[in-house]
Amino acid sequence: MSEVRAEMAANVWKIVVADGDDVAVGDTIAILESMKMEIPVEAETAGTVAMAVEEGQSIQEGDLIATID
Amino acid sequence: MFSSLLVANRGEIACRIMRTARELGVRTVAVCSEADRSSLHTELADDVVEIGPAPAAQSYLDADAILGAVKRTGAEAVHPGYGFLSENADFARAVSESGAVWVGPRPETIEAVGDKRAARQLMSDAGVPVNDGGPAGDEDEALRIAGRIGFPIIVKAAAGGGGIGMQVVDEPEKLAGAFRAARDQAARFFGDGGILIERYLPDARHVELQVLGLGDGRIAVLGARACSVQRRYQKIIEESPSPGVSTALRERMTDAIRSGAAAIDYRGAGTFECLVSGEEFVFLEVNARLQVEHPVTEAITGIDIVAEQLRVAAGADPGFDPDAVVAAGHAVELRVYAEDPQRFLPRPGTITRWEEPEGEGIRVDTGVRAGDAVTPYYDPMIAKLIVHGGSRDAALARARTALAAFTIEGIHTNLPFLAEVLDDSRFCSGAYDTSLVSRMRG
Repeated sequence: MSEVRAEMAANVWKIVVADGDDVAVGDTIAILESMKMEIPVEAETAGTVAMAVEEGQSIQEGDLIATID
Repeated sequence: MFSSLLVANRGEIACRIMRTARELGVRTVAVCSEADRSSLHTELADDVVEIGPAPAAQSYLDADAILGAVKRTGAEAVHPGYGFLSENADFARAVSESGAVWVGPRPETIEAVGDKRAARQLMSDAGVPVNDGGPAGDEDEALRIAGRIGFPIIVKAAAGGGGIGMQVVDEPEKLAGAFRAARDQAARFFGDGGILIERYLPDARHVELQVLGLGDGRIAVLGARACSVQRRYQKIIEESPSPGVSTALRERMTDAIRSGAAAIDYRGAGTFECLVSGEEFVFLEVNARLQVEHPVTEAITGIDIVAEQLRVAAGADPGFDPDAVVAAGHAVELRVYAEDPQRFLPRPGTITRWEEPEGEGIRVDTGVRAGDAVTPYYDPMIAKLIVHGGSRDAALARARTALAAFTIEGIHTNLPFLAEVLDDSRFCSGAYDTSLVSRMRG
């Protein structure tokens, strides 16, 4: 299992995948917005995704965004 | 001159505007979001009104909330700064209708030049050269235009700026995707999905002219700024005069832009952006507001552009002789961003230490100090370092020293990257174009 964590404080603008979706390495799972910039969050491992955040949520650096199993 | 001014902005530009207002004896009113309650600009103001939650859409972009603050405080004038509502013609009109003075171009002008397609047509009609291309309503039209002018082309949002939605496309297969992405982003950020297609000039330099319409028909052009050090189409370093632009070319640009500005009866401060390639130039767009990099022009002309904006708005005489503007020496502005210096990704955080350089020819405009949180809600630019010297070399030498003395801890900033640029041989030669940063990070 791998954890996808936030690189920076941001707002979760869009969640691109649904819980239970299979993702490949490099797939975009969510798009964060910070300081007027859209920042895609990519899967670093392949597997089944479980999201830990919701659209519109504020997150801090290091917060869990999703787990990939 | 009016007796009070509400500054409808935050950060360094709110602080900078209030500094001049104070010098002119004008009382200042700040507005702030919940996130900015204890920020520097609220501390500098004589009066503060909290206008809403942290997200800009609910505070600094909320025209009704700001108009409410104008009414409540009895502010006699409103300065919008840059960004936020500064180029919103409806807001400008609403301010005027509320009885307050709008410090900026007339709403009709903002409207006319706010759409890059319309601005392009107006300037072309006035005899100012424009780039090949045109507005595209759909993907097919974009392809037809691209076919006519040839690849590479650049896809732009007709409304808005800041590089949002902007993409270079080098082959027809990629155009439809780029068109849709640009249209979606433009619709999301600017509420207008209009798209403009233009020829992309890979070796072009970004040169802009500072215009000040005095309100009596006279247009002062206060020199050219070079703004080719960019990442994601956002400027990082600007300088004036613009290196590599010959005196003859600068004079041609100045004359053309003065005519263009006169043709639309431009009032107040504005920036006319152009692309320069060899000895040719094309008009790009008008920023109908105070520009981030206005201090480099102030440094070489000695003119306080904010003071002149206030004078034009108040119907007062200019504080300088428009027929005798003298540019002395060379000035450089370095924008300090809260971002990582490698990939330029945003890095919000809390500033634990802040020490600014000081000395002759050094100016720092900022809206933060030690202890402040730099939040993810707003632009990553936290300060501007402006240096002035007798020559370009002297200004750059002074900039290196000043930069080395700038200490910011607790957050990542692009200070190391700025130092890299100042040591880059292409930058130092003056013969650089908008590809400089991508070459450095290539």
